[in-house]
Amino acid sequence: MKRQVPLLITLFVGTLLIFSVFIPPMENIGENFTLFFDIIAVFAFFLGGGNLVRVHISKLRRRKKDYGYSIITLVGFFFMLIVGLFKIGNPGGIAASVTAEGSIFQTTFTTVLIPLQSTMYALLAFFVASASYRAFRAKNREATLLLVAAFIILLGRTPFGMMLTSWVPDSFSVLQVPNLAIWIMNSPNLAGQRAIIIGIGLGVVSMSLRLILGVERTYLGEDRG
Amino acid sequence: MEHLGLWVAAFLTLGIYSFLYRDNPWYKLSEAIFIGISAGYWVVTLFWDNFYGKFWVGHGEDPWLWVGAVLGFLMLLRLVPKIGWISRWPLSFIVGATAGLWMMNYFSSNIMLQVKDTIMPLFGSGYTASAYDIVGNIVVAVGTFSGLVYFFFSKEHKGAFGATAKVGIWFIMITFGASFGYTVMSRMSLLIGRMDFLFSDWLGLIK
Repeated sequence: MKRQVPLLITLFVGTLLIFSVFIPPMENIGENFTLFFDIIAVFAFFLGGGNLVRVHISKLRRRKKDYGYSIITLVGFFFMLIVGLFKIGNPGGIAASVTAEGSIFQTTFTTVLIPLQSTMYALLAFFVASASYRAFRAKNREATLLLVAAFIILLGRTPFGMMLTSWVPDSFSVLQVPNLAIWIMNSPNLAGQRAIIIGIGLGVVSMSLRLILGVERTYLGEDRG
Repeated sequence: MEHLGLWVAAFLTLGIYSFLYRDNPWYKLSEAIFIGISAGYWVVTLFWDNFYGKFWVGHGEDPWLWVGAVLGFLMLLRLVPKIGWISRWPLSFIVGATAGLWMMNYFSSNIMLQVKDTIMPLFGSGYTASAYDIVGNIVVAVGTFSGLVYFFFSKEHKGAFGATAKVGIWFIMITFGASFGYTVMSRMSLLIGRMDFLFSDWLGLIK
């Protein structure tokens, strides 16, 4: 019951969706299942939210290191939850969209979440710069190729790259850095990407078969009690 | 209110950047706010968009939507240790459906379509491609084939096979270099965006 039923569900649902591709009246089944995913995702997020609360409350109870920040996290979480679910401070009331302009929910999103999110990603620019230093030391032929390709792409996307090779005559325009960057993107880069994409495709097909046939069972976890 | 919003955004932006010095209370505070607010944001957004918008509004017309709701509810049973194993049912539904959908989609888009687009004509009647395009097509075909050879680990990379794999790794390195260049560019543009916010919107130093 604990392991056989889930395996049977996976086998049935997976096989059904594979056959649906070949049977025209069943074509829309994939779309319906995607809709189920969307509904299940809500509960999964509630579960995730519940786990977040549980982890931080346990941190608070045990007075673990930096437990004060857990209070901030919980306050932020419940604040968004209450303001969003009950549409508090929403100009259009409960009937209007939760993301209506001027609502507390939307204002918090634009003044707190967007700056935090983009700064978190922008912070990576500094770590990328440090990684560049290490990567850009051409130790062997492969590293040199990586370095040259990255350098041309970087230069080709800036006005400096355009300025640097503007003297190259039009008959050799392919040698101008911006055009060279386009060629690298469209030819050797595309070739490498295709090899990776085809490899991923083959991997997904084999992993899907392993899952559907019940060979791969790690997603079920371990039995406890 | 708008002014307060600017100050809050600037305070949090600088809080995240303070990590460049070292891990500190200002960064930890900003990080804690980020985790709490973003988790709450996504729960609320999915509740209104998916649960209310797709299930609550549509379940009258389409009773099948109850299947999704029931499976979702079963997932919550993970929080009850004694019957937590029931939460494997919706999980196996998702795994089975994803495997079935992806297997066919990936087979057609990631394998068949990519192979078809790689094998392009070089010349022929009615085919008018420039020398630039033809060279490009040859490079793509050679690069894709040798790249795939590199990923084939069931045979030792020796002799002609090893030489082809070596060419494959060169192409893959160029791809990594190009992706790296693009990532650097995108992160830099985000950094410029944040600096523009701080110096232009907040401090008003740049007009």
